[in-house]
Amino acid sequence: MSTHATAPAVSLAERAYRIRRNALLMGQVQGQGYIGQALGAADLLAVAYFHAMDYQSQDPAWEGRDRFYLSIGHYAIALYAALIEAGIVPAEELETYGCDESRLPMSGMASYTPGMEITGGSLGHGLGIAVGACLGLKRKQSASFVYNLLSDGELNEGSTWEAAMSASHWKLDNLIAVIDVNNQQADGHSSEILAFEPIVERWQSFGWFAQRVNGNDLQALVAAFDAARHHPVAQPRVIICDTRMGKGVPFLETREKTHFIRVDEHEWEQALTALDAGRQ
Amino acid sequence: MKNTTEPAAPAKKRLTTSAMIASIAGEGQPTRPAPFGHALAALARERQELVGLTADLGKYTDMHLFAKEFPERFFQMGMAEQLLMSAAAGMAREGFVPFATTYAVFASRRAYDFICMAIAEEDLNVKIVCALPGLTTGYGPSHQATDDIAIFRAMPNLMVIDPCDAHELEQAVPAIAAHKGPVYMRLLRGNVPLVLDRYDYRFEIGKAKTLTSGNEVLVISTGLMTMRALEAAEQLRADGVEVSVLHVPTIKPLDEATILAEARKPGRLVVTAENHSRIGGLGEAVATLLMLNGVTPTFRQIALPDAFLDAGALPTLHDRYGISTEAVCAQIKSWL
Repeated sequence: MSTHATAPAVSLAERAYRIRRNALLMGQVQGQGYIGQALGAADLLAVAYFHAMDYQSQDPAWEGRDRFYLSIGHYAIALYAALIEAGIVPAEELETYGCDESRLPMSGMASYTPGMEITGGSLGHGLGIAVGACLGLKRKQSASFVYNLLSDGELNEGSTWEAAMSASHWKLDNLIAVIDVNNQQADGHSSEILAFEPIVERWQSFGWFAQRVNGNDLQALVAAFDAARHHPVAQPRVIICDTRMGKGVPFLETREKTHFIRVDEHEWEQALTALDAGRQ
Repeated sequence: MKNTTEPAAPAKKRLTTSAMIASIAGEGQPTRPAPFGHALAALARERQELVGLTADLGKYTDMHLFAKEFPERFFQMGMAEQLLMSAAAGMAREGFVPFATTYAVFASRRAYDFICMAIAEEDLNVKIVCALPGLTTGYGPSHQATDDIAIFRAMPNLMVIDPCDAHELEQAVPAIAAHKGPVYMRLLRGNVPLVLDRYDYRFEIGKAKTLTSGNEVLVISTGLMTMRALEAAEQLRADGVEVSVLHVPTIKPLDEATILAEARKPGRLVVTAENHSRIGGLGEAVATLLMLNGVTPTFRQIALPDAFLDAGALPTLHDRYGISTEAVCAQIKSWL
């Protein structure tokens, strides 16, 4: 799918809504899941898959595609939701999420799922793999970008910074890191676990073209992805996205924030109803 | 030196530690310079998809020869082993065949998770080639990879190879490049002893080969200990002890059929010999294989102790820890 330049037939708002809905339906199957993260990241995934990236739904391994590396394996529910909306994973598989024999395991793995480029889950790997892939793509004179979705917690990992330093050393202008900053990691608020600010200055000082946007503002995201793709300087790019966990489902947005938002059995239907009420 | 031995006699000159990568060649032993580096460069002339990466140890892993000839295919990743391994994974994803070099301690200890999850779990075509295996430096535990085989044997998908000499390294480079999948290979660099050319030997992945035959002792050895076992076999033969040496360069997957067939031959003492901790290496792999198959010869192990080893001169250390030729001979005799 080559999506940029022309106005999309389906609006990005509608794509983001469908991604959220897919994620909620998967959460309902399991009775659990990283639904807070999925709802929070739905907008940036909508912009990545339906505005920025080139790919072919029927051929996920198409050589000319832009690569999307999900470091944060626990966000798999969010990426599956996007891959289903993108036609890469059949919608029928949604109900298999996290079940035995499913291609949609709880943590994202490359060998299980079409469109899941890398095995994530052990945080701090994605950006380094992306550095190698970008070097390889340049050697092949490919025009493809590698996108890597990281979390704010993943910035704790030293290997992320090894890769950040390397990416600017090699002037990897085909690398676009996207950081989901929801200020929540396993043991609490990211800013309190290991302070990540000043996040923009840190990336800039590592030689990156850094932008910070409201990660739930589709127009701001479109502008940031466009600027990242077209930035004229030979340096890697990072889009720092401040997102709200549970976005789109008001009672989850305001629920006490934890890494793993609890949703009771009866609440999944309520969440779907609340999401539909806010559909644009 | 820790205070574990008697002080040297005053008249005897103490040996010095020498360079970080001390030569393992004996006096007057034929050697070949940088066999890995030359073999890699030769292969790269034919295979365009071959790329080289290192973590600030190009010269110390003989990768500099490849870098000099193919600067555009060489990637200096800096002293960042986690990045080295994940970037190699990224290049393999894009169809290249990366050879990534560092010291064995750093690959096995620091970069383990990256080799495991970014490379092995996805069965990517990365060749990890690491210098200073086992006890091949006098710099102490920070550089002595006495545990690398134990660490890597447990990693699914990963092939583990411990070559003996220059002859074998030269043959192993194209062989592991032709193999599709991740490989960990121990590297001897610099002026590397040349031994196996005299034995009509050809390296084959996954194959153990008998180099010399004898009916009293079977030594099952890997890496540079095969060189020591061959020297010991010669010395023991002079003393009337017939020793067979079965060389096992591929530790995983193990050549089970050949090892079982040799170990089943009756009346022989079976000894494993490896430049590695006695825990988790060739010795334990062979012992498990024999036990599971009901083969129970008298079994002994020549290996490094389960300890952080001393710093010092390699000949001193090889004697102290039982992997010099003299120590091998003495141990075997004591078991007969």
